[in-house]
Amino acid sequence: MIPQRFLPKNHRRILTYLVAGVLIAAVTLYLALPIVALFLRMTPDLFFATLHDPNVASALWLSLFTTVISLSVVILVGTPFAYFHSKYSYPGKVVVDTLIDLPLVLPPAVAGVALLVLYGRIGILGRYFNMLGISIAFTTLAVIMAQIFVASPFYLRQAKSLFEQLDPAYEQTARTLGASSMRTLVQVTIPMTATGLVSGAVMTFGRALGEFGATIMFAGNLPGVTQTMPLAVYVGMEGSNINAGLTISILLVIISFGIMIAVRLIQKREADRA
Amino acid sequence: MVKRLRDYTLDLTIRVKPGEIMTLMGLNGSGKSTTLNIIAGLLLPDSATITLRGECLCRTDDGTDVPTEYRRIGYVLQNSSVFPHMTVRDNVAFGLRTRHLQRSVITERVALWMDRMHISDLADVRAKNLSGGQKQRVALARALAIEPGLLMLDEPFAALDTESTQTVKDLTRRFVKDMQIPCILVTHRLSDSTEIGDRACVICQGRKEWEGIPGRMPELCTVCHCK
Repeated sequence: MIPQRFLPKNHRRILTYLVAGVLIAAVTLYLALPIVALFLRMTPDLFFATLHDPNVASALWLSLFTTVISLSVVILVGTPFAYFHSKYSYPGKVVVDTLIDLPLVLPPAVAGVALLVLYGRIGILGRYFNMLGISIAFTTLAVIMAQIFVASPFYLRQAKSLFEQLDPAYEQTARTLGASSMRTLVQVTIPMTATGLVSGAVMTFGRALGEFGATIMFAGNLPGVTQTMPLAVYVGMEGSNINAGLTISILLVIISFGIMIAVRLIQKREADRA
Repeated sequence: MVKRLRDYTLDLTIRVKPGEIMTLMGLNGSGKSTTLNIIAGLLLPDSATITLRGECLCRTDDGTDVPTEYRRIGYVLQNSSVFPHMTVRDNVAFGLRTRHLQRSVITERVALWMDRMHISDLADVRAKNLSGGQKQRVALARALAIEPGLLMLDEPFAALDTESTQTVKDLTRRFVKDMQIPCILVTHRLSDSTEIGDRACVICQGRKEWEGIPGRMPELCTVCHCK
């Protein structure tokens, strides 16, 4: 390779463009080709026909049901938690901060094992629940708990950071105008951070929908009870129902695309507002 | 009031009469905003007695501490803090709605204050789209609409151009006099103090250095360098 400084200026520019073009094309193709291959493998007729497969339909509805419940819990509990966590100092706050981030780096299967060790039939807490006739592991509830454990950091981190960044003058003004803490939170703090919160919620939804490792460890793989879409893909591809696996994969790709577009639109709206 | 801060102790006694504008002056970090925050109930003092029209808002001796939302103090902060996601109308109505007044009363009073502050034509505009001067007039309308027992303004003219500054000054002075509200205006500009202040109080490192008629301040002001 001839060092660039010895090339004429025009050649240097062409070489730079060439290298940049090759890099961009390589990365784009590497990311896009598998997705394209997935769509090429299926015909639209087969896709729509497989959607009516009872296993596919059951996995789809179970995934949507559990993800909506998980997201609702994360928003309802996570929003006030993130608010208090960001506004107040308390002993061990750094530890809590680390715990919030931990599921992001923890392998999901490990998260599933940890949940199983705690809530399983002979788990540390699970044995007491079991004595009361309450079974958690290998139920739909376990699916929801696994999703919350793995996906909640996306929302909590976002909410925490938004509440920390909001100028306290807005909340202080609301208080001097007679608003209670709750009214201030609902009418001032949340609307002023809504765009970012929705963005965090969308990411949480996406992560919960795609949850696999923790779910299979903690909730198992029972069709209609704990077999979510990612698990159904695994079963389909492993067994004889490849079409079901492919159909659900395509569905998940479409939903993921939808999520990314939603996040982009929200971010664009936020940038326009700023 | 006494409040131990990082570099010094704020130790101040101030008294403001109805209809009087007292300008609180001093360098940045001299304790002006802290004083307002303690009066508003946003900061807890180490020791204080705060009385508004005979009603005790805070007395550390017996543990009296009226929560911020019940103090009925109109507080306009430096950056005006109008709620950007609300319209001008909703901003002005905010303090009235928290008091659960009748809808007709709220509508009437909001219209009155928007008219008084010359912002009626902006009623349905979102606050984030307003200019600095307009925001400050909305903040003033919002603070006065609740018919406060005390009006506090923290550097309200800091980010305004000359024309807007004059407008906000005129409106502030007019309604403080009309409504006979005691008013504390925090500023570091001598011109603000001489133009609309009835009395000035200069503080330095949390202590009162001088108090009197704003026009007679210059010599002392050099002591605190608050010009």
